[in-house]
Amino acid sequence: MLKIAKTDLPALFQKIAETKDLYLPIRVADQVNFGVYTQDADVSLETLKTVKSPKDAFFPQSETLYTCNKTENKISITPEELQNKEFVVFGIKGCDVKGIEVLDKVFLSEPVDTFYKARRDHGILVALACNEPEESCFCKAFGIDCTDPKADVATWLVEDVLYWNPLTEKGSALTDAVKDLLSDADDSKVKEQQEKTKAIVEKLPYMNLSLEGWNGDVLTEKFDSPLWEELYQPCLACGTCTFVCPTCQCYDIKDYNTGNGVQRYRCWDSCMYSDFTMMAHGNNRNSQMQRFRQRFMHKLVYFPANNNGMYSCVGCGRCVEKCPASLNIVKVVKAFQKEGGDK
Amino acid sequence: MPLNENEFRPKIVAFCCNWCSYAGADLAGSSRLSYPADVKIIKVPCSCRVNPMFILRAFEKGADGVILCGCHPGDCHYSTGNYYARRRMTLLFSMLDYLGIEKGRTRVEWVSAAEGVKFSQTMNEFVEKIRSLGENVRLGDLRCKN
Amino acid sequence: MQELVNRAKELLANGTVQRVLGWKAGDMAYNPEPSYFETEADLSDFVYDAFCGANLSKYMIEASKKEGKTLVFLKPCDSYSFNQLLKEHRVDREKAYIIGVGCKGKLDIETIRKQGVKGIEEISGASMDDACDTLKIKTIYGDKEVSYQSAMLERCHVCKGKDHVVYDEVIGESRDTVDGERFSEVQRIESMTPEEKFLFFQKELSKCIRCNACRNVCPACSCRKCVFDSNKFDSAQKANVDSFEEKMFHIIRAFHVAGRCTDCGECSRVCPQGIPLHLFNRKFIKDINEFYGDYTAGEDIDAEAPLTHFEFTDREPNEERG
Repeated sequence: MLKIAKTDLPALFQKIAETKDLYLPIRVADQVNFGVYTQDADVSLETLKTVKSPKDAFFPQSETLYTCNKTENKISITPEELQNKEFVVFGIKGCDVKGIEVLDKVFLSEPVDTFYKARRDHGILVALACNEPEESCFCKAFGIDCTDPKADVATWLVEDVLYWNPLTEKGSALTDAVKDLLSDADDSKVKEQQEKTKAIVEKLPYMNLSLEGWNGDVLTEKFDSPLWEELYQPCLACGTCTFVCPTCQCYDIKDYNTGNGVQRYRCWDSCMYSDFTMMAHGNNRNSQMQRFRQRFMHKLVYFPANNNGMYSCVGCGRCVEKCPASLNIVKVVKAFQKEGGDK
Repeated sequence: MPLNENEFRPKIVAFCCNWCSYAGADLAGSSRLSYPADVKIIKVPCSCRVNPMFILRAFEKGADGVILCGCHPGDCHYSTGNYYARRRMTLLFSMLDYLGIEKGRTRVEWVSAAEGVKFSQTMNEFVEKIRSLGENVRLGDLRCKN
Repeated sequence: MQELVNRAKELLANGTVQRVLGWKAGDMAYNPEPSYFETEADLSDFVYDAFCGANLSKYMIEASKKEGKTLVFLKPCDSYSFNQLLKEHRVDREKAYIIGVGCKGKLDIETIRKQGVKGIEEISGASMDDACDTLKIKTIYGDKEVSYQSAMLERCHVCKGKDHVVYDEVIGESRDTVDGERFSEVQRIESMTPEEKFLFFQKELSKCIRCNACRNVCPACSCRKCVFDSNKFDSAQKANVDSFEEKMFHIIRAFHVAGRCTDCGECSRVCPQGIPLHLFNRKFIKDINEFYGDYTAGEDIDAEAPLTHFEFTDREPNEERG
């Protein structure tokens, strides 16, 4: 275990930023999101949840795939370069690390998404353990220990010291690069904080959410439930839940007309939108109930069915906090529980 | 006007109504009145056909100035179209001003079919104004720059 | 609140209404959701407290298509939105039984969190029966007190008034919550230099994630198919990092509701990134008031709407603002 004083963190960021792009939680116009470090950035490591998850670092909301340009009678096609420089995502939480694991299942299985893979190969995750989880968190329900994040480097911010523990080869390499700033430490303070945090976790209302009855084998039972017809009603069909989610991975590919060419780009899409997966014959889910059902069925049934039981929800609680109509996955799970009990 | 390689040549979009201003532009042409070739005219059925999105879209795709020309108030071919356009553009221009877009990048002029001189004058003035403002960077889409 | 439930039960029982549109208690102190209630038993979950900020009038568009009458609870500001929808023939007055509910100002959980409150377990002081001066919040990290006033939604600080403009009956008391000037923020921005204005909006809009929550929650945005969803033009760009798309979306969103926006403030309430979207709408409202005379959308169903009306003497668009 290594350590660095909190006051020396700017020096650490500076050192990392000299050779690599550094993404970390930055406050812009009163909201904290992951952004690229600059010297005058307002870094906020205390923020428990950034509005958007850090999945942007690997799967950006919008990215160009290639550009076609027309000059006189010739058309040239320029593919976008793949990520070829190392970058660091600092301060990612345990749940969001797990979120990236979920994305890996999608983008790194055949056919491999080369854009994503290049970013994964060059990205170094420095996770930060949670000290003060909140009532909207339910990572424990998915087997995540927020006090012991699994990443390339795990860190803990206890009092005025950041404890640093490299866990992988990539993490060790990064540690070597910033060695001068770190000093040896024992882990007693970290252990103490972990115990404290774990005690808080036990007190949080959502942490022990039971996912009993949700797995890859209950497709027709859940799909045909009359409950959906009730649950979807307040849904506004906005994409907030899908865009703040660390595991939502649907995207659309579109063309942008630049006037003298075309830029083909991909951008996040949301299953809540009416034009999601629009085809020549129309849309295969043509009511909001179906779209609403799709999101939760995908997270809790379809995904586990195809990925050895792994849910594509990590319990970060962003949708709990951000849904304009106060709907969320916890309410859905609880509604089904209640229904089960009533029978 | 002398052509200089390095001189800034603004891209100007002029929306002209079919009945007055477009005919005014025709008259300017047949009267051999000159106005800069930087002005690209788009004919619309009426000034009130111009949706605020047309104007924003023109800026997005690289226009440095957008001007809307229609019949004089009272002379609209459809009686009242330009009155509605007047209100809409007033609000839109005020909003652009509010967002920090330079004043003068947008303009509305009423040009009748008989006012070839006014058309050419207006365009000359407008191009001059946009030249002094320089390239539109605040409302353009970076993707259209290359 | 019990009075509302009792009245709803009565109206359901005597067949005046087929269903009730209200708010259902959430699983936390602050997350009630809009909901339909069809039986007396359902109403056991009914709640109306300071966290019921959601404007139910837009749900009435769908409810108007259903069989029979719907009982809907509208706060004073919601009734403006309903009236505006009525003016545009988007809702059916015959299909609605409106109970105007009192309002003591609605709370914003984000504003409470900004004051350093986390790990919320219970909140007291948010019920309509309370004095609503102080919120006592029990959290895992200790007890906190937050003044009610400081936790209100932006719109409540500049409330249009506590009178309902459309209703069948009114139940419950309201309280004056105004402690701000409605256009002061707009004026502050107007007095900036173009550079400052541009930077201000650039910074705010750079946060936009194009989730469309502002559009979808807006009671004035009631088009069946939005121009930003249409794949017939290249306006449907969904998410985009380039800042222009966001600007265009927000200008056009506000423009499409100009003269129809009742300033209900839902857009700002729901924005996950806390963008002060009402500043766009309020700019249009302020301009309309200044240029064409005071106009409050939704107030009078027969009034001439500013953008579908004109005067021969209207100002010219090029005029410098005085």
